[in-house]
Amino acid sequence: MDEPDPHRDDAMIVVEHLEHAYGDFRAVDDISFSVKKGEIFSFLGPNGAGKSTAINVLITLLALQKGRATVAGYDVTRDPHKVRESIGIVFQDVTLDREMTVWEMLEFHGRLYNMPVKDRRERIEELLKLVQLDAKRDEFAKKLSGGMKRRLEIARGLMTRPKVLFLDEPTIGLDPQTRMRMWEYIKGVNREGTTIFLTTHYMDEADQLSDRISIIDHGKIIATGTTWELKNKLGHDVIYLETDNNGRAQSLLEDFPAIRAIKPKTKGFSLIVTEDGTKVLPGIIDHLRAGGIEITTINLKKPTMDDVFVFYTGKEIRDEGKPPARSRSAKSMRR
Amino acid sequence: MDLGFTTIFWRDMIRFVRFKTLLVSSLLQPALWLAFFGIAMSSNFDRLMAGIPVPPGAHVVGYLTFMAAGVIAMTTLFTSLFGGIVILFDKNWGLMREILASPMNRNHIIFGIGLSGVAKSFIQAIIIMVFGVLIGAAFFSGDTPVQVLISVLGILAFVGMFALGFLFLSAAIAISMESPEGLQGVITLMTMPIFFASNALYPIDSFPEILKILSIYNPMTLLITGIRYFAIGPDFVALGKHYVFTQADILVAFIGLTVFSALMFLLAYWRFKNAVVT
Repeated sequence: MDEPDPHRDDAMIVVEHLEHAYGDFRAVDDISFSVKKGEIFSFLGPNGAGKSTAINVLITLLALQKGRATVAGYDVTRDPHKVRESIGIVFQDVTLDREMTVWEMLEFHGRLYNMPVKDRRERIEELLKLVQLDAKRDEFAKKLSGGMKRRLEIARGLMTRPKVLFLDEPTIGLDPQTRMRMWEYIKGVNREGTTIFLTTHYMDEADQLSDRISIIDHGKIIATGTTWELKNKLGHDVIYLETDNNGRAQSLLEDFPAIRAIKPKTKGFSLIVTEDGTKVLPGIIDHLRAGGIEITTINLKKPTMDDVFVFYTGKEIRDEGKPPARSRSAKSMRR
Repeated sequence: MDLGFTTIFWRDMIRFVRFKTLLVSSLLQPALWLAFFGIAMSSNFDRLMAGIPVPPGAHVVGYLTFMAAGVIAMTTLFTSLFGGIVILFDKNWGLMREILASPMNRNHIIFGIGLSGVAKSFIQAIIIMVFGVLIGAAFFSGDTPVQVLISVLGILAFVGMFALGFLFLSAAIAISMESPEGLQGVITLMTMPIFFASNALYPIDSFPEILKILSIYNPMTLLITGIRYFAIGPDFVALGKHYVFTQADILVAFIGLTVFSALMFLLAYWRFKNAVVT
């Protein structure tokens, strides 16, 4: 895990030993990390892992209980006002007024942040073009599609030209095509120089967007690194096999060089190998055949974030709609 | 100077004119009260009162005139108590997180809601006054245009101060509650005693002692006293009771409303300061 250095001047977010509890339940349990200027940094974890709590402390909606956090160089406890002026936020739930138009929503935001008239009107035009809502400027929020609402919220988050943009589950509930377009917008915003902190429980999203990822579960950061580093730590490639005798095949392969781990699956098993899988695979096939094993299925793949998550947490990412047992506290912290 | 509250005001007024049914019904409702309850009751009361002797030279006013002041107050009460409901909707489904996460001082939310609520109440009060005069309420009788103007401003000052108090209260309740149903229940429960333990529809002098004390200190009574002073005059007879207001009475009533509003502001301030919406 990389150690945050608060004195590093290219750090946009520095969090040290942050803890946050709701009663007895520790939603965030001693986490530390830092986000560099210009980076897209992701919190990847299941629902209820503590991502939203952490983000709410950083955006000053929740009072910091324990630890230290600075955003854009300002301490969230001592200078919340400065933090608020420096950031943009896209909340997890839609935060729009159904009876207001696209333009009004942006105007409202600009006024809320005390932007001078001329500046905010120009900025609205820029952003409407950026998120391609120019033609929808006088449409009521209730008439917008899910993707358009999200784009409007991103535009709103960018109104004040924030140093850091916080995105809490930016593509939740959107269809695959819209999600991919959202990713393009987010990357575009980042290319213009905005540091982005996002939370997601989608592996592909973290994989596609992030420069660096922290895997978070049960309020703790389990691993941090670039997607490439995280995948490399896991091993090189993943080979999936189904055979006529999986148990014997696995024991045959136990001491096989270049195999780092064997993970049983329902119908077969996965091998995590330390070298290029294409080079290792012929040897494995020969070895199993020599042991009298009939191979029925072979699949070779580069590790995905799913594999990374399973590797670090020992389990598949929890499904949406299946919150952890302590759902009551999880619910109250959401609302 | 920080004018954050004008943003909240602007947005709330957009909603006010946009919800057409709400707009029309909120303007129509007081007129209907006057037209139905007012005319029905006044025809009865005025018949009952016909035989009762009045002091010579007294300024006698009919029941419609008497209760029209009460209807202005009632409308202001209802509009103001529900004025904070937007906060609850914003909290659950709308802009509250955006607002709370912005650099704007939270007091401006309270002031903004107060300002837009007062504006709505002014519009309603003026409509009731015009409609009341049209159907026969003897408001501003014998006044010159300048005197009418001064009286209207006086009424609006009372209405505004009263509305602020209940808007602050409404905001405080709304930010503390979870569901619109609960909010509606609490507010409906409150309107009953506030409305009926007041001099809106009848004199309070013959009330039982405890109810009378409650009614005397009820902000509603203070407001109606102010409205009657400006709309009818300092000395009149209605429902067989002789009403005399001195300027000191009126000043005390206004100070009472100011104190009430200040206390309600403190309540709202405290609720908003501790509000956590995530």
